[in-house]
Amino acid sequence: MTIVSFDNVGLRYGMGAEILRDLSFTIAPHSFQFLTGPSGAGKTTLLRLILMSLRPTRGVIRLFGADVSRLSSDVVTSLRRRTGVVFQDFRLLDHLTAYENVSLPLRVKGVEETRYRSEVVELLRWVGLGERMHLMPPVLSGGEKQRCAIARALITRPELLLADEPTGNVDPSLARRLIRLFVELHRSGTAVVIATHDLTLMDQVEARRMVLGEGHLHVFD
Amino acid sequence: MSSTDGGTTRARAQADGGSLGGGAALVPARSIAGRALITVIAIMTFLAAIAAGAAQIVASASAQWTSSIAREATIQIKPRTGRDIDADVARATTIARAAPGVAEARAYTRQEAERLLEPWLGKGLDLGELPVPRLIVVKLNPDGRADLAVLGRELAAAAPGATLDDHRLWVSRLGTMANAVVIVAVALVLLVLVATALAVAFATRGAVSANRDIVEVLHFIGAEDSYISGEFGRHFLRLGLEGGAIGGLGAILCLWFAGLIAGRFQATPGGDQIEALFGGFSIGWGGLVIIIIVGLIVAGLTAYMSRQTVARHLAGLS
Repeated sequence: MTIVSFDNVGLRYGMGAEILRDLSFTIAPHSFQFLTGPSGAGKTTLLRLILMSLRPTRGVIRLFGADVSRLSSDVVTSLRRRTGVVFQDFRLLDHLTAYENVSLPLRVKGVEETRYRSEVVELLRWVGLGERMHLMPPVLSGGEKQRCAIARALITRPELLLADEPTGNVDPSLARRLIRLFVELHRSGTAVVIATHDLTLMDQVEARRMVLGEGHLHVFD
Repeated sequence: MSSTDGGTTRARAQADGGSLGGGAALVPARSIAGRALITVIAIMTFLAAIAAGAAQIVASASAQWTSSIAREATIQIKPRTGRDIDADVARATTIARAAPGVAEARAYTRQEAERLLEPWLGKGLDLGELPVPRLIVVKLNPDGRADLAVLGRELAAAAPGATLDDHRLWVSRLGTMANAVVIVAVALVLLVLVATALAVAFATRGAVSANRDIVEVLHFIGAEDSYISGEFGRHFLRLGLEGGAIGGLGAILCLWFAGLIAGRFQATPGGDQIEALFGGFSIGWGGLVIIIIVGLIVAGLTAYMSRQTVARHLAGLS
């Protein structure tokens, strides 16, 4: 079973031209791929289609084998719980501490804090935020916010991780550390999709490349 | 939990095993126009509680009138030429006392009857020439065994000028008026509750759109719609309880103060009038319970409306 499958998917806003055309690809379990293309090519839009926050205007999208056009909200929720996402703008909740932000996916699942506390602390230490876990996002640096957002996406050990420009706000050495983190996650069984236009980042890992350009997708295995 | 550094660092006990903070509200309190909403809810609760309290006062006063007036009847004996009115009064009193279900029958003397006219005719008048009717106050047993129709017929036979007034017309008029007041008050309470619900719905919509990013993030990380609407509902329940408590307390104080003022005017004609209408003008335990219930209903309604509004919003998103 594939984790994500697109079949002739097209998307347009209103009556405008299609911004994504004839997208057909699959993402296999335990795979690692970069989604790349120039700015404005539609990388974030494609990620939003996978996240079910946008509906395609044509074609079929399957997530974990299920046709997303026919899902009840309960099923959508359960599929999202199997997916981790790192947003380009982090989307951390500013009134919660780093610890609380990272533990949020477990909290909304109704897990008791006593059960996840050590796990969250361990992950925060692993991403280098052990000493900063009680701070709120407004006082964290761009790189720290980035790592906090990544930790939040990883805490539930998702089967699929989508990361939108996850190294966009960090210096090259931290970017390398973060990419090693994604590779480690991939080795532990997660399918990883990293949207980036950073060529040096892609050169560090031998991986499948999905290139978006002018609305079309070209896959280089 | 305390905040320092402008609210960006949360100081907490980091003792091993202590909570690191899993219970902070997901919807930030300051993002909701809380104070304005609490004020609206407090005013609405106050109005609803005053209306409900007033209805309770009128209803209990009406019950008091009905029971006390229904336990009394009056025999009026009009003077007639050729008849000895004192003898008629004595006869009628005897008949009334002998009637089943009558606890007591007391005839007003001529002096007492004349004194009743003083407020209208003034003091110092010689009423000896006037044909002043005489009254016998009949107190009935509360068991309701008295048959006033039979008594009326017996009186008419024994004393042609005697009529029996069982106050029924008076009771039914008072009862109708009291019921109308209660119905109007209940309608007011319902209107105020509807207005509260709408105000909460608007405030919730505002809060949801102010927190759209948070709602979206919660969605993406796998929060169920019911979880998100519950987060908002919990928050609004607190606002509702706070506003309900303030409004309810205000209403209790207001009614208590009104009772105090009414007490001051006791034994004046105006005060007696108010007391005749509203009894002691005190809300009593029943009124207190009603006001507390109104406060709780407002708080519950606030939580319910906010949950429903968020749920509808989320359903629209998907």
